[in-house]
Amino acid sequence: MKRFAELLDRLAYEPARNAKLRLMTEYFRSTADPERGWALAALTGALSFAHAKPGLIRNLIAECTDPVLFGLSYDYVGDLSETVALLWPSPLARRTPSPLAGEGWGGGAGGEAQASTGAERASPVFADLTTPTPTPSPQGGGEQRADGELKLSTVVETLTTLGKAQLPRQLAHWLDALDETGRWALIKLVTGGLRVGVSARLAKTAVAALGGKEAQEIELMWPGRAPPYIELFAWLEGRAEKPAGGDPAPFRPPMLAQALDEPDLAALDPADFLAEWKWDGIRVQAVAAPSPHAPDQPPPLPPPQAGEGKSMNPPPPAGERKSMNPPPRAGEGGVGARRLYSRTGEDISKSFPDLIAALHLPGAIDGELLIKRGGLVQSFNVLQQRLNRKTVTPKLTADFPAHLRAYDLLADGDEDLRGLPFAARRTRLQDFVARLDDERVDLSPLVAFSTWDDLIAARQNPAAAGAGPDAAAVEGVMLKRREAAYLPGRPKGPWWKWKRDPFIIDTVLMYAQRGHGKRSSYYSDYTFSVWTKGESGDELVPVGKAYFGFTDEELVQIDRYVRRNTIERFGPVREVVHEPDRGLVLEVAFEGLQRSTRHKSGVAMRFPRINRLRWDKPPGEADRLERLETLIAQIDQARAP
Amino acid sequence: MRPEDILVLTPAGLCCKHGDFHIDPTRPVQRALITHAHADHARAGHGAVLATAATLDLMRLRYGDTFAGTTQAVRYGERLTLDGATVTFHPAGHVLGSAQIAVEAGGLRIVASGDYKNVADPTCDPTCAPFELVPCDVFITEATFALPVFRHGDPRGEIGKLLHSVALFPERAHLVGAYSLGKAQRVIALIRRAGYAAPIYLHGAMASITHYYQSRGIALGELRPVRGAGKTELAGTITLCPPSALADIWTRRFPDPVTAFASGWMRVRARARQQGVMLPLVISDHADWDGLTATVAATGASDIWVTHGQEDALVYWCGTRGLKARPLDIVGYGDEDEGLDGETQASSSRQRQAEDDDGGEES
Repeated sequence: MKRFAELLDRLAYEPARNAKLRLMTEYFRSTADPERGWALAALTGALSFAHAKPGLIRNLIAECTDPVLFGLSYDYVGDLSETVALLWPSPLARRTPSPLAGEGWGGGAGGEAQASTGAERASPVFADLTTPTPTPSPQGGGEQRADGELKLSTVVETLTTLGKAQLPRQLAHWLDALDETGRWALIKLVTGGLRVGVSARLAKTAVAALGGKEAQEIELMWPGRAPPYIELFAWLEGRAEKPAGGDPAPFRPPMLAQALDEPDLAALDPADFLAEWKWDGIRVQAVAAPSPHAPDQPPPLPPPQAGEGKSMNPPPPAGERKSMNPPPRAGEGGVGARRLYSRTGEDISKSFPDLIAALHLPGAIDGELLIKRGGLVQSFNVLQQRLNRKTVTPKLTADFPAHLRAYDLLADGDEDLRGLPFAARRTRLQDFVARLDDERVDLSPLVAFSTWDDLIAARQNPAAAGAGPDAAAVEGVMLKRREAAYLPGRPKGPWWKWKRDPFIIDTVLMYAQRGHGKRSSYYSDYTFSVWTKGESGDELVPVGKAYFGFTDEELVQIDRYVRRNTIERFGPVREVVHEPDRGLVLEVAFEGLQRSTRHKSGVAMRFPRINRLRWDKPPGEADRLERLETLIAQIDQARAP
Repeated sequence: MRPEDILVLTPAGLCCKHGDFHIDPTRPVQRALITHAHADHARAGHGAVLATAATLDLMRLRYGDTFAGTTQAVRYGERLTLDGATVTFHPAGHVLGSAQIAVEAGGLRIVASGDYKNVADPTCDPTCAPFELVPCDVFITEATFALPVFRHGDPRGEIGKLLHSVALFPERAHLVGAYSLGKAQRVIALIRRAGYAAPIYLHGAMASITHYYQSRGIALGELRPVRGAGKTELAGTITLCPPSALADIWTRRFPDPVTAFASGWMRVRARARQQGVMLPLVISDHADWDGLTATVAATGASDIWVTHGQEDALVYWCGTRGLKARPLDIVGYGDEDEGLDGETQASSSRQRQAEDDDGGEES
């Protein structure tokens, strides 16, 4: 538990992805089974316990601390779990005689003053633990004292079987055995959600590195595995064969496109390419496994539970995998496991049961997840209302019906199509979608063109070039080489994306924050604002934040400007001078705009970045909020069904 | 005689009327007794200064030879009579030369402890004499970490964290923010005791004080200035710098730096995060909650005066123990040695602003 706590502690502070990977890989390398396996389970979100509520934690601390001192401490620290982790008195101190029952600070360096007289007065918590009771901790919760240290495996195994009534006492017992960091980690583990900036995918990448493997290989075999993953580690360390079994519905690393601009077209031959629309949704992979020997009869979809899906994609414990698959349609027993993956390989099936239900032919479709209502594709703004929901209710799926627009076919039944040329895969895809015959899945149409001028015109006016009423959901065109196989990663040459022009506004730099890692000394995150009418004339209102889009040289220039023009500091944030005639104008590019109640300005931008530094422009000439509101109105109007 | 007749709070700080002197005055006075050389306690411009030899040397290093009209060095335990009062200096375990000052008059003994640290194991700080308990009637205590959430633990564990990180990231530089007087030298000494023998690099601002520590026989191993070292040379090394430098453009000379901060404040996550610290090291030169309460009790004092920090909690705790306690509002303490980057401390922010604006280069 101590090493696991130290790992979490370090991960929580480390901003860089590569450094997080190194920390985890090193932990897996130097920690024995089964501890590391339980740690991997915790990091991949494969553990869930009957969650302890904050109220339970609060009661525990109330039993063994002075309320005034607790209040002062909580005020200072600001976080309940952390306050408890720090404040938890050591059992030694609590056994010290004290004029206050259940309270016994001290016993530090000036030892004699606090010397125990031997007339030990136990705190209520301790008394509970030492008094023989008919229900001792199951799973030998006290065993950790045998070898001096509480083990993560002991915690996990005990929690799995512990009844709710026994939880407080067991928890208090463990808190006694741990130090501050250990207590903090334990409370995080028990109350659910480590929140140390590690995705399941990242943890798998780290464990893969242990054996010099790619995360993909772990991902493929993951569904068959269960914590504490003894055989997985044995294989990664070269002590055993690769564990048998694999995912019948695996994620396949997607092929990505390079960005392209109009001048690049001159070097390409239009006859070599097919073009299609780039849809403004989220890129997904929809996979249905071929039918296993015995027809798959999964239980019906369980009702969604609170707390699930908070990150949109919590990988469920291996044993629960099947439960996400809805029953096959009557008369069709032809598929096994069905899954929907995000572009990064996270399993997002739970968030889209309606789309999962449509995958009743074995195969793997690469496509775009969209919301389609009344036959019309909705804007990304509408899709966002479906994403990141804690629970997927029937109302949500009815109001925001998920739709898959198919770009490519990676597998048809058992057959891997990725080696075929794109043109051939496209033919197979047309056939597959036709056989699937489900209104929730359709084919992304090709864009007809014979010259680059045709394509330029189509990109400028998708509605007239075949996208019709869905044109507002088009965010550019894709060019795919007819002869190209489906290659993982972002190879240069076979696929090009040519996005539509971004929206551009002039804003005023208002706040700057220091970055992390290599940018830790630079003010590299910028909050920018536009003018609006305030109570006493025009004032600036923040409309967004951006932390990229500028060159290294521009970063140095902005950093210098921020340092020289600071008017106020708030921790790592500086307020920068912003008056009509003094300040820095930032030209910001963004992809979309929507209304937002979370922002004072009432608008939120999608994918904002610094496009240009306008040293030449006085802040007084920057854009106004009214311009953004007009833009929203135009977007909404264009995309209304 | 009442304690208030011996020591009174004046605008300049604590004043002993019998002996006609101030203790750690915050503005220039005729006669000053100084507990230790941190800038919030030791200021320049007094007429006469009485302090330990190390404290006087450190003040001289910081302020120049003319920092006071006259100076007099005092040994720990030496009894001096200043008019109607007797004073003795006792080790405070805070930084090199730090002292508690005991003032006796009319049969009462008051101990002004300045800043102090009482650790169970004196090897936790090889850089100064360990805290000595002085029984007294009135104990004047700091309260920097006077909340039960502050328990500092064994600093050697924190040093282990640092060295583990250095081993894990051999291509990155490790920057340890530490206060220039005391903390930096203690961290270096602890790193050496943990068996790390490679050269340790120093920010220019801490060179002279660190060299003074070495001249007093404190083994710190090979130290090199950062200035002049190339980026490649700094990979895999440890550098000590003032905390404010962690966020400074000065850090750009290091390869992908890991920023650490050695301070008692690092116990609280939000505090560490506000600083953008990646590797918080809980190492403090102040007593933690257990240390404060144990010391207060052990002095036998029945009257406790609480200076800078979290006075409320400590005053409350004294009440639960039947001890008379009151906060002593001395404006100006707590600015230097454990302050957070100056950004939460109004009084020092102007100075940092100045450092920052001239490019933040090494002094």
